[in-house]
Amino acid sequence: MARNVSTPTKVGFTIAAWAVALLLFAPILWTLLTAFKTESEAIASSPTFLPQNFTLENFAAVQERSDYFKHAFNSIVVSVGSTLLGLIIGVPAAWAMAFAPTKRTKDILMWMLSTKMMPAVGVLIPIYLIFRDLRLLDTVHGLTIIMTLINLPIIIWMLYTYFKEIPVDILEAARMDGAELWNEIVHVLVPMAVPGIASTLLLNVILAWNEAFWTITLTSGRAGTLTAFISSFSSPQGLFLAKLSAASLLAIAPILLLGWFSQKQLVRGLTFGAVK
Amino acid sequence: MATAQTRTLARTMMAPAVIVLLLWMAVPLAMTIWFSFQNYSLINPLMTGFAGWANYEYVIGDPSFTQSLINTLILVGGVLLITVIGGIFLALLLDQPLWGQGLLRIVVISPFFVMPPVAALIWKNGFMHPGYGMLGHLWKFFGLQPVDWFNQYPLFSVVVIVAWQWLPFATLIFLTALQSLSEEQREAAEMDGANAINRFWYIIMPHMARSVTIVILIQTIFLLGIFAEIRVTTGGGPGYASTNIAFLVFRTGILSNDIGAGSAGGVVAVIIANIVAIFLMRAVGKNLDA
Amino acid sequence: MKLTPILMGAFTLALAGTASAQTLTIATVNNGDMIRMQGLSSAFTDETGIDLNWVVLEENTLRQNVTTDIATNGGQYDVMTIGTYEAPIWAKQGWLVPLDGLSADAAYDVDDLLPAIRGGLSLDGKLYAAPFYGESSMVMYRKDLMEKAGLTMPDAPTWEFIGEAARAMTDRDNDINGICLRGKAGWGENMAFLTAMSNSFGARWFDEDWKPQFDQPEWKATLDTYLSLMNDAGPAGASSNGFNENLTLFQQGKCGMWIDATVAASFVTGPDSTVADQVGFALAPDNGLGKRGNWLWAWSLAIPTSSQNTEAAEKFINWATNKDYLATVAAEEGWASVPPGTRTSLYENADYQAAAPFAKMTLESINSADPTNPTVKPVPYVGVQFVAIPEFAGIATNIGQLFSAALAGQMSADDALAQAQDAATRDMTRAGYIK
Repeated sequence: MARNVSTPTKVGFTIAAWAVALLLFAPILWTLLTAFKTESEAIASSPTFLPQNFTLENFAAVQERSDYFKHAFNSIVVSVGSTLLGLIIGVPAAWAMAFAPTKRTKDILMWMLSTKMMPAVGVLIPIYLIFRDLRLLDTVHGLTIIMTLINLPIIIWMLYTYFKEIPVDILEAARMDGAELWNEIVHVLVPMAVPGIASTLLLNVILAWNEAFWTITLTSGRAGTLTAFISSFSSPQGLFLAKLSAASLLAIAPILLLGWFSQKQLVRGLTFGAVK
Repeated sequence: MATAQTRTLARTMMAPAVIVLLLWMAVPLAMTIWFSFQNYSLINPLMTGFAGWANYEYVIGDPSFTQSLINTLILVGGVLLITVIGGIFLALLLDQPLWGQGLLRIVVISPFFVMPPVAALIWKNGFMHPGYGMLGHLWKFFGLQPVDWFNQYPLFSVVVIVAWQWLPFATLIFLTALQSLSEEQREAAEMDGANAINRFWYIIMPHMARSVTIVILIQTIFLLGIFAEIRVTTGGGPGYASTNIAFLVFRTGILSNDIGAGSAGGVVAVIIANIVAIFLMRAVGKNLDA
Repeated sequence: MKLTPILMGAFTLALAGTASAQTLTIATVNNGDMIRMQGLSSAFTDETGIDLNWVVLEENTLRQNVTTDIATNGGQYDVMTIGTYEAPIWAKQGWLVPLDGLSADAAYDVDDLLPAIRGGLSLDGKLYAAPFYGESSMVMYRKDLMEKAGLTMPDAPTWEFIGEAARAMTDRDNDINGICLRGKAGWGENMAFLTAMSNSFGARWFDEDWKPQFDQPEWKATLDTYLSLMNDAGPAGASSNGFNENLTLFQQGKCGMWIDATVAASFVTGPDSTVADQVGFALAPDNGLGKRGNWLWAWSLAIPTSSQNTEAAEKFINWATNKDYLATVAAEEGWASVPPGTRTSLYENADYQAAAPFAKMTLESINSADPTNPTVKPVPYVGVQFVAIPEFAGIATNIGQLFSAALAGQMSADDALAQAQDAATRDMTRAGYIK
């Protein structure tokens, strides 16, 4: 990284990069600003950049109408819960695929990925009927199960690519030393796999947090997540843009903050084996 | 190392994942296939009985079927094109020596964290609305007539929104790949007097091939099922201009409450997805073998 | 240490709360009147001890969730918000609990409900859903712009006059559109407006043999009039404008006229509106054929048979739709904000008449809509801006897309009508209406 370039070049690159970055960020920034404007200012025909009458009333109105914290809590439980459950099922599978591969390993991996190709709208009624009969409708654990199943292929694939990076020699050396399987896992595998597991965890929390079909159709109030929360603010009667912006901001803020703070960890792991 | 014992162990460890996914795939799929041969309307209990191929004929005979197939391909292809090319350029840019690297990366990655309905709502109301959207104001500022994006360029607008969500993902994967390109390789190339373009084509691109494959594969899986963005913004229209296969299934199955036809559509969608997948595997699969 | 008793108290309360209280899950639309109901509902909980679990969703999502649930007998909801389209169809399937308790309650006074609305929510004389607010459609116009154009709006205008006025009021330089009409695709959006409009042109959806009629000249006249009106005098991007978008435009003073739901009257004369003191009202236009282009709709509360709490649910519906509720809203927010269009007594109330200049026109519009005899020629169906058969929503969604595309200029009116005819024929054949 420490390549030597002249300062003007560096300035040029910096300006270019920031220009593109801000362009990408503009929609989020605009939402952030609109959330603090009054409704009439938000759709004024001569737009303002910064809120002229800075107000928090949109947030108050949003909270009064639907309980943000309940929805946020459900989102946290479902996304974290499904990710943990996914890791419990996925880690052993990925470990086995990486360290005891057979001729069929690749096919199994691809088959797992292909389960993600079923269009959710096509299987809504079957899933709804199953959920009804198992009494899982509008329950947090029902949603957690669905999210686990949806994201399991991605979890396994990500983990598989990390585990494959772990040099087999080290494991064999450990085995020669007479280490038990358990020790092998705890003392050798886990420390090496932790970065991979961490970034898998992060990515799947994000994916589960942002899932917006099942979370809306399978819940009614009690287990509603933030995607259901948002659905009650899109196009009601009257002026709504500022309130919608406030609700949007509330819905994405937790995951945005998590993403920002863990960005290094996430990026380091976000390779899916893209790097040899 | 693959002794009989390890093999058994491996199988045991894979069993839960395989069984769970098998159930997840097989049970709904079997039910969907079953429904697709039934007369089954959610709101008309009088429609019952075996339907034969009628549901399939109905879905494939839908006037928008061909167009929605084409739209699906345009949507997937368009987003892939933008995110792969844009992602490579952005990754190359971010890989340069810059001030504020860390902060830049945070800013660039942000759209990936925005949930699809929120992304669609932000773009629809805050940006692309001809009356009070930011782009409308911008157009007016330059003395132009604001563009009514979702009516004049419906599919393009959806592609833009989806590409916005996925560009950060592609960029970050490419950036990781770029940064793993060893310093020696770069320096050697520079020493040889290779210019920037040659370096890009002969050193960087071959190194990136694998990550491009991965990005295409993962995104295709998600892009084939794009639905929330279309529903929130264009509702598949005007006409059928932005109806893709997933939305067609939604329209026949859920909006029209025709579960038989909707299921047939679902089965067709699964078949199409698998054709795309097989094609994709053939095309890029060898890149995946380490 | 001082915290302990408080915590204990809170804990006991919480326990008591979960142990004894009943909870109702209520699904409703995120329209202003319903959001107000949600806000006021703590009074109901205080009064009865019944907790409420609100599911407030955008209209399309709500309809999808509620339909899926009731059709699969899912039992997620105790009270559902449905319209005059769903009520009789669902009642016929045996999916709704008849509201006999309300009919028997003298204080509720079921005879006070507007007959047109009550009829639309009943099957075989039994009430299956209680109207929360009712609406027809009418013309809302800007008196100042009308004057500037040198015209006077009659109480009962014709389409010809509307066309003339719209073109005269249009002032593109000042961003003023002569008329704003729905263009957004959807059976409850552009198709509600166009179907109601088509009635005044003498068009119908089906003839007596359920054969679609989009290939008939009446429909062509309807669509041509609509398209040329919108092209000459409508706002840019009209094909994505629904009720709400037009409301915003009108409130900002960008529309000369707007033909839409009567409930909008209180919004365009309310505090959010920049033109509140300049709004006049007139009946929906006609064509001299004896039918006006106004519809009839009521958002109503109903109980699915899958509910485990039908008694408590009926208690809630009583609370939300009785006379006291109207008085409560009036006390809190003023008479103009009361949910309109459900009760005769409201329109006889002098306070309401004084606070709501649109009251008379609303009542007249509602009373003039005739669901059993919507258009000029005889039809085999019931419903003004819809056809009360289960297949209608699907067919009209499709056709709504086509008409929206015609408005966006992506296809000609003739193509849209031809494709609509094909689509309707295809679906009606499939459903077995056409042998």
